Amino acid sequence: MTTGIRLAAGALALALATPASAQGVVNVYCSVQVEWCTLAANEFQKASGIKVSMSQKGSGETIAQLKAEAQNPKGDVWFGGTGDPHLQAAEENLTEAYKSPKMADLHPWAVKQNTDSGGKTVGIYAGALGFGFNTELLAKKGAKAPACWADLLKPEFKAEIQMANPNSSGTAYVAIATLVQLMGEQKAFEYLKKMHANINAYTRSGTAPMKAVARGETMVSISFVHDGVTEALAGFPVKTATPCEGTGYEIGSMSIVKGARNMANAKKFYDWALTPEAQKLGAQAKQFQVPSNKATPLPPQAPKFADMKLIDYDQAKYGKSAERKRLIARWDSEVGALPKP
Amino acid sequence: MISRAPLAWSVAGLLAALALPWYALQEGLDSGAWFSGLWSSEDYASGLAQIVAHGKWWLAPVLSALVACIVAALVPTTRQRRGTLLLLAGTAGLVLFVAQALGIGLRGWTAGWLTTLFGELDGRQVGLGAGGAVALVALLSLLSIGLALRGAFGGDAFVAGAVTTVAASIVLFTAWPILRILVQAFQDGDGVLAPALLVERLATEKIWSLRCLSGGGRCGVAWNTLFLALGCGAGTTALGLAFALIVMRTSFGFKKTLRVLTVLPIVTPPFVIGLALILVFGRSGLVNQFLEWSMGIEPTRWIYGFHGVFLAQLFAFTPVAFLVLIGVVEGVSPTLEEASQTLRADRWSTFTTVSLPLMRPGLANAFLVGFIESIADFGNPIVLGGDYGVLSTEIYFAVVGAQLDYGRAASLALLLLVFALGAFFLQRRIVGSGSYATISGKGDSGLPTPLPDAARRAAACVALPWAAFTLLLYGFAFVGGLVKVWGRDYTPTLDHYAKAFAVEHTADGLIWTGAAWNSFWTTVKLAAIAAPLTAALGLIAAWLLVRQRFAGRATLEFATMLSFAVPGTVIGVAYVFAFNVPPIEITGTAMIIVLCFIFRNMPVGVRAGMAAMSQIDRSLDEASITLRGRAPQTLFYVVLPLLRPAIVGALVYGFVRAVTTVSAVVFLVTAEYELATTYIILRVINGDYGLAIAYSCALIVLMLAVILLIQFAVGERRLGRRAVALTGGPA
Repeated sequence: MTTGIRLAAGALALALATPASAQGVVNVYCSVQVEWCTLAANEFQKASGIKVSMSQKGSGETIAQLKAEAQNPKGDVWFGGTGDPHLQAAEENLTEAYKSPKMADLHPWAVKQNTDSGGKTVGIYAGALGFGFNTELLAKKGAKAPACWADLLKPEFKAEIQMANPNSSGTAYVAIATLVQLMGEQKAFEYLKKMHANINAYTRSGTAPMKAVARGETMVSISFVHDGVTEALAGFPVKTATPCEGTGYEIGSMSIVKGARNMANAKKFYDWALTPEAQKLGAQAKQFQVPSNKATPLPPQAPKFADMKLIDYDQAKYGKSAERKRLIARWDSEVGALPKP
Repeated sequence: MISRAPLAWSVAGLLAALALPWYALQEGLDSGAWFSGLWSSEDYASGLAQIVAHGKWWLAPVLSALVACIVAALVPTTRQRRGTLLLLAGTAGLVLFVAQALGIGLRGWTAGWLTTLFGELDGRQVGLGAGGAVALVALLSLLSIGLALRGAFGGDAFVAGAVTTVAASIVLFTAWPILRILVQAFQDGDGVLAPALLVERLATEKIWSLRCLSGGGRCGVAWNTLFLALGCGAGTTALGLAFALIVMRTSFGFKKTLRVLTVLPIVTPPFVIGLALILVFGRSGLVNQFLEWSMGIEPTRWIYGFHGVFLAQLFAFTPVAFLVLIGVVEGVSPTLEEASQTLRADRWSTFTTVSLPLMRPGLANAFLVGFIESIADFGNPIVLGGDYGVLSTEIYFAVVGAQLDYGRAASLALLLLVFALGAFFLQRRIVGSGSYATISGKGDSGLPTPLPDAARRAAACVALPWAAFTLLLYGFAFVGGLVKVWGRDYTPTLDHYAKAFAVEHTADGLIWTGAAWNSFWTTVKLAAIAAPLTAALGLIAAWLLVRQRFAGRATLEFATMLSFAVPGTVIGVAYVFAFNVPPIEITGTAMIIVLCFIFRNMPVGVRAGMAAMSQIDRSLDEASITLRGRAPQTLFYVVLPLLRPAIVGALVYGFVRAVTTVSAVVFLVTAEYELATTYIILRVINGDYGLAIAYSCALIVLMLAVILLIQFAVGERRLGRRAVALTGGPA
């Protein structure tokens, strides 16, 4: 059956290939921030002569689109975006296994992402989970910046913390999975229940809490720390910290779409995106995650993994949809359903 | 004369099958490359060539149906019998067309049972192209001509054609995609039918809990949505009525300003209002900072949640209510009010017993629109909702969030549709079957009665502070585009505008170097294509629904509202699902975006048209028909000129919504066809508010210019009423 599909897709690719340019095209769904996408498109085009048709969408929107298009794929490569949707796409057989020759140059966490998914996705950057806080609001209240998970339970943060709702946000799910791995499931949920008193809103979107911190709408957020660097560079009084007990991280990933019409070009893009030349474009676009190629220079503003205490985040176990559904359901009934403090 | 039309249509259909590529081309028609391969190339071949040279035998019955139609048009026979023949041939052709289009896809038979029935099919087909599309339209027209010849639709081919066109396009571009996605509410993750799942998905605490009323915890999203929508429907109707009364029935001095002000929120990308509200009422916003500074009141976050979303929706949707109501207030006949006063009623009882009841269809329509806008709204709840969840955000995150559960999304969408349906029937009950016609053929020389003082004061008390507040918000937003970092660093700068709209003058002429130009021109182009089509389709549908009697009218009326009630995200995903595979394969083109605009925004045109039309007395139509005017002439020379406010409303709304839509098109835009709103959303996500605001301001200016242009081009309707200096004191 699958060979049939692949044959048909191949035939389709042949039938529909446009002879517009000798090198052909590659359609990229891009889930990082738009400047980065444009830079990557232009640079790859320069390096290879292959025309890049890039459309920027969030990772949730992209996987929704891949699912909707599964019968007749329109995209070739999915570049960037947090790792869980990529793992889920691999699980649902929406993406194609590929072993890039560049694999040897990558950090172990990026390679592990590849092996965990049966070769269907690979890490291109990583970002750690932590706290963002508004320094002006902290000073006004005379509170000390939170440095540990335990600090978030302090009374001075009553109704001052925002985190996203795991029902809708991958970021919030990473936070819960991190706490579970750090404290054990029972303790983690007790912690979340206690922290509930200090939470003023569980936002729908994962990046909203950091924006609320930037605009002074909340004092503290639970977010990816590199998002805080972006806000700080935009001129807002934002600083970040990673918890002293240890923290989890996301692995921004890249996958090739199953049945891609421009498979050869997709693989070329994939290989190129794992080179240091391609990976330093993130910093140029003011995005400060840690690149996955060991040889990529780390931008000075980027939060450094060496300064953090990272847990051994089990992407394979916590990226599975069954485990995610179970943890989110438990959060829903034990934490989300609690009355507003 | 009548038999010429079927001949023309069947010839057109056959010509298309002979001389146009049957299937869609990758590079589009305008390249002309297809012309040489019309017979030989499988990609470019015409319908006939596909049958003869490329083995697509299943197209042969479709083409024979067209030939049969030619025969039916040519043979000398009675009108009745010709109609029957055309009806039979047209229906047969249509059924065969649909059957082969749905049955045979990219990989042969599309369903397992077809394979077991007929064996493996060695053939495939891609999406419909120009040839196939024209043949389909021809078959539809022949079918409707057949119906008219047999005496249906009053024997009027124009009415028959209009009904089939509207119905077919709604089936194709609203019902089909929405049904395709709603079916998933009854399926499990692998597409197996399991109706019990729907109950399981919907019967949860998260949706139906009423704990917020008893004071402990949150209410379910269904109640949240409902409370918000009822509030929004009532609020926008009241505000819209206040504005309409002030503009039409008082001598208030700044009517023009007021009109522009009420239109402002509608031309604003939704999150701009949300962001401006945060800057004014947020915890670090103006109001809270002032309260803390002056009275030491601890800043609160009341704006996040019900209050904030409600406020933002009032801002966003009052103009729609105003647009619906202004035509209605204008249409209330002064003669009736004068009659009432002659009978010694004072102004107040005239207002409450004559004017207001006459506005009932308008009020009910305005409420319906406000209600449905609110339940389908996505931009405001996402910016201001905090953890106040409503169905539309819940659906969005069921599709794109961590759950990725289409079944749940579809069930919630179904619930949303039920709410819309409920509002729709409630509105029908309220309007009832009374007559509200006030524009008749008789000369109407009454003077519009000024508002009673109490009503005038009430309207002014509501509307004027609101207007002032709108001014404040927009002033604030406008400034946001002219300072370095909005809400933070208020150093004046023009950088954001330069970045977005720079134009360089070089030796080769002007070069549009600004970052926003590409999306800007695409948006203008697509919206300009979509707006007239939206208005035309909407008004024709309204005319059919109000003025014509035919079977299935109520169904059609509901179907026109369908796409309006479903949140944009669902429409977007539904469009990708339905139109990514043959027979209609248009994802990634500009066409799918235009179609989405048209069918998403048409309902407002329909509502406005219906409200306005129910005020125009049928006797005018009848007079035209007595004078041997046929249906199209009656429509163009009698009804349409009286509908000018509704036309303006529909055109404006069609254009403006096309420019400001976000959630529906997120899945449809590509790098080639990037739209202004998706570009702005990306800037907002990126924290680049300055550029987002600058771009939004440019869009607002553009839309205001377009509105003025439309007003100027369509003109005002002239009712035989005396222009008067209203006596009523300033409001």
